Amino acid sequence: MDHSEIRKVASLARLSLTNDEVEAYGRQLTRVLEYVDKLNAVDVDGVEPMPHAVDGRNVFRPDDRAVSLEYERALQNAPRTDGQFFLVPRILEKKDA
Amino acid sequence: MSVSAIHSLSSAELLRRLDSDDLTSRDIVRSCLDRIREHNPRLNAFLQVDEESALAQADSIDARRAAGERLGQLQGLPVGIKDNICRRNVQTTCASQMLASFRPPYDAHVIERIRTEDGVLLGSLNMDEFAMGSSTETSAFGPTRNPWDIERTPGGSSGGSAAAVAAGLVPLALGSDTGGSIRQPAAFCGCVGLKPTYGRVSRYGLVAFASSLDQIGPFARDSAGAALLLRVIAGHDQRDSTSVDCPVPNYNGRCPESLKGLTIGIVPNHFSGGLDEDVDSSVRSTIEALQERGAVVQEIDLPHAEYSVATYYLIAPSEASSNLARYDGIHYGHRAEQFDDLADLYCRSRGEAFGAEVKRRIMLGTYALSAGYYDAYYLKALKMRRRIRQDFDRAFEQVDVIAGPVSPTPAFRIGENIDDPLAMYLNDLYTISANLSGIPSVSVPTGLTASCLPLAIQLQAPPFAEELLLQLAAAVESVSPSDTSLPC
Repeated sequence: MDHSEIRKVASLARLSLTNDEVEAYGRQLTRVLEYVDKLNAVDVDGVEPMPHAVDGRNVFRPDDRAVSLEYERALQNAPRTDGQFFLVPRILEKKDA
Repeated sequence: MSVSAIHSLSSAELLRRLDSDDLTSRDIVRSCLDRIREHNPRLNAFLQVDEESALAQADSIDARRAAGERLGQLQGLPVGIKDNICRRNVQTTCASQMLASFRPPYDAHVIERIRTEDGVLLGSLNMDEFAMGSSTETSAFGPTRNPWDIERTPGGSSGGSAAAVAAGLVPLALGSDTGGSIRQPAAFCGCVGLKPTYGRVSRYGLVAFASSLDQIGPFARDSAGAALLLRVIAGHDQRDSTSVDCPVPNYNGRCPESLKGLTIGIVPNHFSGGLDEDVDSSVRSTIEALQERGAVVQEIDLPHAEYSVATYYLIAPSEASSNLARYDGIHYGHRAEQFDDLADLYCRSRGEAFGAEVKRRIMLGTYALSAGYYDAYYLKALKMRRRIRQDFDRAFEQVDVIAGPVSPTPAFRIGENIDDPLAMYLNDLYTISANLSGIPSVSVPTGLTASCLPLAIQLQAPPFAEELLLQLAAAVESVSPSDTSLPC
């Protein structure tokens, strides 16, 4: 993976990386990808993918009202709150601003 | 009895003495606290010790025992908890700066079970950051050291759990196993570590790494201790939709009188290539000893096993990159002080607080899932995963269990593999196919090398055959050098 690919993936992953990290991950991930290429030695066409160790079945429960986390507990680890909501940076500018 | 010798007793012996009033839960907790004070500064196995709360829990259990109340199965035994298992209002850090001050608003299912069964929660155990690693070196709070040789790693990612149990700091501990993270550290430190069948233990309250692979399991000094803790934590929980609703047997891990009628599978490929000589001969002689007890040994083939590391290092990072997207600097966890806009807040919060291995895996997973690569990497790995599982299904038509090495070498040195991610990943060669397939597997000590490093054997069985694994683990203990000594 070259540096521009690493920067593109980092942006998809929402990770800020230093130049040293870009260099190191480029080198290390290239080696890992070369290694996983060994999967191409086996023909798996037509094999059913296995996303889970337990075979897929849906689990249902009655659609009843139940108690959920209270405000205070749900917000207790939030870096910024006003006591009722999570506070986030403004994402829309006022038109007249 | 003297408080100083308590740490060398097995959980079964501790339960007997609690039952006969020779010991109180407070005595045992105090013994653990003394051991921790003496050895933890060197080992760094515990990240946090809940001294006051542990003594209070012990006192309340002792009072109920004295009043003649019937106690839960743990009867006041202390349990150490890997720091990725949520305890309400107790700091649960995943050994990451991201969660350095995180206090979960609820208890994990396994924690509720331990409380219900009168276990004492002693404190949090060190681990690789977000359970990503095979050496406990990626912890943001410094590596744990192997109690048998402090220049060596205890394995990982549950290295704190393994080191604490092996060094007699606590009789029982919980870990989690996504690719070998219970079994490999158990092998490196010389204790029993069991990864249950996927779905046997609820993951509710386990901080997610790779959800289709993660499973919580017990560490103990012997198989009977592992059976006890598994009995406590196993069972259905509707808050984890992958938790399986089938009855929990009364695991006891009693050693069978004879192994007649049992067929043990061995995989010739396990014993080729880079396997350490001591590991090789210890595994072979243990299997021969089981043969002398009546077991039949049969060679089997797992033709796709050689692809398990490649398969795992696509699936696990893919799931991790998705699971760890929740750390956004907004709901909980670290938030950057300086940022330009919302996207920059995400990038900086994550860039600042995740360590090198976590970022590496998020990058790898994001790449494998990204447009243009999904079919070539992630989907291909899911198909190979099916092949790996089918190999086991076929093998278990011929044999009852599969025995082999846990890790290619005994405990390696701190720093030995940390700069070479691929070399570190290849350490998981023997353990990760059980996670990919969902089958249960246990690591059992088989003695020490000439330089006093623990050796171990891995036993794997079909889904939900934990009792068979525990009984065979007890048989391994009965044929292994009876070494009850502690490393320190």
